[in-house]
This record gives sequence, C-alpha cells and structure tokens, in this order.
Amino acid sequence: MTQLTDTPFTIAGRDFSSRLLVGTGKYKDFTETGAAIAQSGAEIVTFAVRRTNLGQDADAPNLLDVISPKQYTLLPNTAGCYNAKDAVRTCRLARELLDGHNLVKLEVLGDDHTLYPNVVETLKAAETLLADGFDVMVYTSDDPIVARELEAMGCCAIMPLGSLIGSGHGIQNPHNVRLIVEQSSVPVLVDAGIGTASDAAMAMELGCDGVLLNSAIAHARDPLRMANAMKLAVEAGRDAFLAGRMPRRQSADPSSPFAGRING
Amino acid sequence: MPTPNESIQLTLNGEPYAMTAGLTAADLVEQLGLGGRRIAVEINEQIVPKSQLAATPLAAGDQIEVVHAIGGG
Repeated sequence: MTQLTDTPFTIAGRDFSSRLLVGTGKYKDFTETGAAIAQSGAEIVTFAVRRTNLGQDADAPNLLDVISPKQYTLLPNTAGCYNAKDAVRTCRLARELLDGHNLVKLEVLGDDHTLYPNVVETLKAAETLLADGFDVMVYTSDDPIVARELEAMGCCAIMPLGSLIGSGHGIQNPHNVRLIVEQSSVPVLVDAGIGTASDAAMAMELGCDGVLLNSAIAHARDPLRMANAMKLAVEAGRDAFLAGRMPRRQSADPSSPFAGRING
Repeated sequence: MPTPNESIQLTLNGEPYAMTAGLTAADLVEQLGLGGRRIAVEINEQIVPKSQLAATPLAAGDQIEVVHAIGGG
C-alpha cells in the first residue's frame, strides 16, 4: 500500500499533524475531557480564562493537570469578551498563565444570543495583540473582506464560523468559506457550528486547513465515539480535497462496461 | 507607613476583600491557598508576572484579578 503524504499543517511556524482542534468545554468531568481529547488525536486544544473561585479546595483538580501544556499546544480563547479591551486583557492573562506562550484564539462577541463575532472590536483587538507580539488565530464571520483585512494585519489563522457557536447547524455558507480559502495564504479553519462528522468533512473538502470544534464532541451521546468520528472525518475530508472530487454529471455513467453483456 | 495591624480594602475578582496592610501580591496568593497553582494575577489592569508577585506591594483600592484555566471552546 502506498504511503500517502500531505504538506504539514503549520500555524505561526509550528508544524502539526492533526488538523482537528478541539475545545475543553461542556464535558461531564475532567476524566471525560481528557479521554475525548486523546481519542480525537487533536494536538491544539482550546480553553477559557476565568476568575479563580476563591475559597475553593486548593487541591481541586485543574484543567491544565488533565490537558498538560507539555503534551498539547494550548490555545487560550477570549470567549465571553464583548469588546477589544477585555479580549486583550484576557490574552495577556493567558500568556502569563502559560509562562509566555503567545498563541491565542481571539474571539470578540457581539451579543449573548447569537455569540456572533463583533468584527469591529475583533479588528481593534487583533491590532493591539499583534503589536504586543501575540500569534493571533482569529474567530470571525464568514465575510471574505473581513477575513482579508485580518490576514493583512498579520493574523496567523483565519477562523470563520460555519454557523452559530454551539448550534450544530454545520456550514451554512459553504460558498463564503470557499472564497476565504481561495484568497488566503494563512491557514483557514472552520470554527463553530460543526454538529457531526459530515460537517467536519465538508469543511475539509472545501479546502479548509483545519476544523475547530467543541460541542459536537462534548454534547454527543457518546463523546469518545464522536471524538473518533471527528478525527476520521477531518482526515477523510482532507484526503478527498487533495484527491479532487469527480466532476458532477447530469446523466448516469455506468461503472461497468456495456461491451460483452450477455444480452448484447 | 501603615502599621502592620491596619487593614486595607481591595477588590478581588469583583468582590470587596479586606487584607492586612503592608503585604504583597505573593502574600495574597498564599493567603488564598493558591501558592504554586497555575494562576495569573492582574492588578489595576496590569499583569503582574509570577516573578514579580513578591515585589509587588498591595495598596488600598487595588483592583485585583486572579484567573485560571477552565474548560472552553
């Protein structure tokens, strides 16, 4: 069997073999979090930064005990931030938390009903973070013009939504995602909206460099099984993209030859 | 200089917090039982690096945030 090769998946100068990025939210407990993430094969794992619960048991387990910075590339997010200032503060706290690690997922949200990206505040935050030495993977709308601006500013990955965060509605505008893929020189990842394996495969078939998801695994009936499905879907979608799909036809085209039929 | 028994009022993670005057950010972290834990500290919207906690005195009215990593997407 031929060993198939692929170009490395490179984010801000770091090479990865898995094109699936996963979040750590919404799991039953840390045991399930750790097991699902291991099963997914993901190498880049997102987390959130929140106030420490004061007065809690100091020996209580910590997410970073389960998702070790030694084993995974950690990607702090700015989820819950509704303006550039809060997002920048959160990134600086995350960098301190991770001893200077400067890769972040920037997301600045518009409102808590849609969690739709506020691109005005996102652009402002990106400018400040880039000037401060961060490598910025940016969650944004599927607007190709905004995507182009963010790339021109120096963001290291463009991450348009497939559909609303946590909605599981898949990729609502594949045409825009493809436009962004075609124009971009940095990696493009669908971030948000993936509901099941076929959605992840679709993102990869559109030519995306990767997929970032959380709820689709954490809220599946069997998260470990879905983690495996997502791993395979991202690999299958990537291979399908590299292979190049067959042309669509308006009429049938038999796979078995007409010549030599017994009724000929 | 405040006397050692004097108390100052801080805001810690959005809540009022009283602390003995003359102590440092490192003392606060210890007092919270968070010494050696993976946390980050911000005072008045400025990051205080781990290496600087012991050299950072706290003053009345300081707005302090102590954060950690939690699950998220």
